[in-house]
Amino acid sequence: MSAEAGGENFTQYIQHHLTFWNAPLTQTGGMASIHVDSIIMSVVLGGIFFVWFWWFARRATSGVPGKGQAFVELALEFVDGQVKDAWHGSRKVLGPLALTIFFWILFMNLMDVIPVDFIPTAAEATGAAHFRPVPTADVNTTFAMSLTVLLLSLFFGMRAKGIVGYFKGWVSAPFTAKGILMKIVLAPFNILMALIEHITQPVSLALRLFGNIFAGDLLFMLIAGLLTHFLSLWFPLGILGYAVWSIFELLIILIQAFIFMYLAVTYIAMAQQQH
Amino acid sequence: MEFNATLIGEAIAFAILIALTVKFVWPPLINAIEERQRKIEEGLEAADRARKELADADSRAADEIKQARAEAAAIIERANQQATQIVDKARTDALLEASRQKAAAQADIESMAHRARAELRAQVATLAVAGAEKILGREVNADTHKALLDELVAGI
Repeated sequence: MSAEAGGENFTQYIQHHLTFWNAPLTQTGGMASIHVDSIIMSVVLGGIFFVWFWWFARRATSGVPGKGQAFVELALEFVDGQVKDAWHGSRKVLGPLALTIFFWILFMNLMDVIPVDFIPTAAEATGAAHFRPVPTADVNTTFAMSLTVLLLSLFFGMRAKGIVGYFKGWVSAPFTAKGILMKIVLAPFNILMALIEHITQPVSLALRLFGNIFAGDLLFMLIAGLLTHFLSLWFPLGILGYAVWSIFELLIILIQAFIFMYLAVTYIAMAQQQH
Repeated sequence: MEFNATLIGEAIAFAILIALTVKFVWPPLINAIEERQRKIEEGLEAADRARKELADADSRAADEIKQARAEAAAIIERANQQATQIVDKARTDALLEASRQKAAAQADIESMAHRARAELRAQVATLAVAGAEKILGREVNADTHKALLDELVAGI
């Protein structure tokens, strides 16, 4: 295999791995289409998370817990502790929300360390043209989550302060004044700040997760591509690189899941706090 | 960055997953944990209480033993005193009896000696008359010499 042909194949390999299984919902497609691979993987992984926890929740005993229950409780108490630090009110919704975010993202991120060709090869054998197994490397997934978090923060904020009280917070903070005239003068700036805040929150939340996981995924693709297309030269180094990057990526996976959970909880808690 | 309908699908999936977790996963687990925490707390409290009760019982038992010991000592003391009293009483009684008997005996002796002396005196007069008759070779009329005899008897 010549280096040029290898290079061409390598580019094709990467491009193939970066293409979603796109299913147009209408004739024109475009925005009205869906990434079947992201949906399948996220639903399956969310289902695994739910069934796992639900299995132990159903038979949860307040007596001596089994090993499975003990592990589930450990995870739950960890998340509960994080939520407790950020929000001192009821954790009836915020707790399970944080738990769902953490484990769903963790599971989706974990697809990253499964060797890049395993799931796509299996999926393509059953008829898919393309298959990307890491849903968090798809902006749609991360934005779906961050926008849902934004909606929840709006909902909880309005529930805690009332709709009028909530938007009063938009007008009167962070710049505050005593006189009514100064209040009116400062209001546009406050509204602008609030708008910026409510745009940057979901965008940064979504892009941070997407960027980290996409970059990790791409690096795996590059290493795997080099391994398969420049065999003699890259094989030992590629194996080593893949192993090292897997270990490093595990750390990123865990940290990104945690950060997303923590920030989501913080944003929702902030929306509920009285100024 | 290709945004499309996937976003809506994922948002729906996320919302459903959150709802399921809120409804089916969180409450039983958190209830079990809190229930267990309460049980452990109660258990620790019970252990503390039992330990305190044990200490109380121990000190009470020690107190009672001390009291019983004191009582026993008092009883022994009283018994000793009584015994001493009895012995003393017996001794004084015996001494009294002895002195009484001694006095009675002395009185007896005295009266006997007195009687004996009186008898002796009576016999002395007779003996003196008999002796004088022998010496004088004739009968001595005791009545005539009564004064002399009385003087003799008194002299004994």
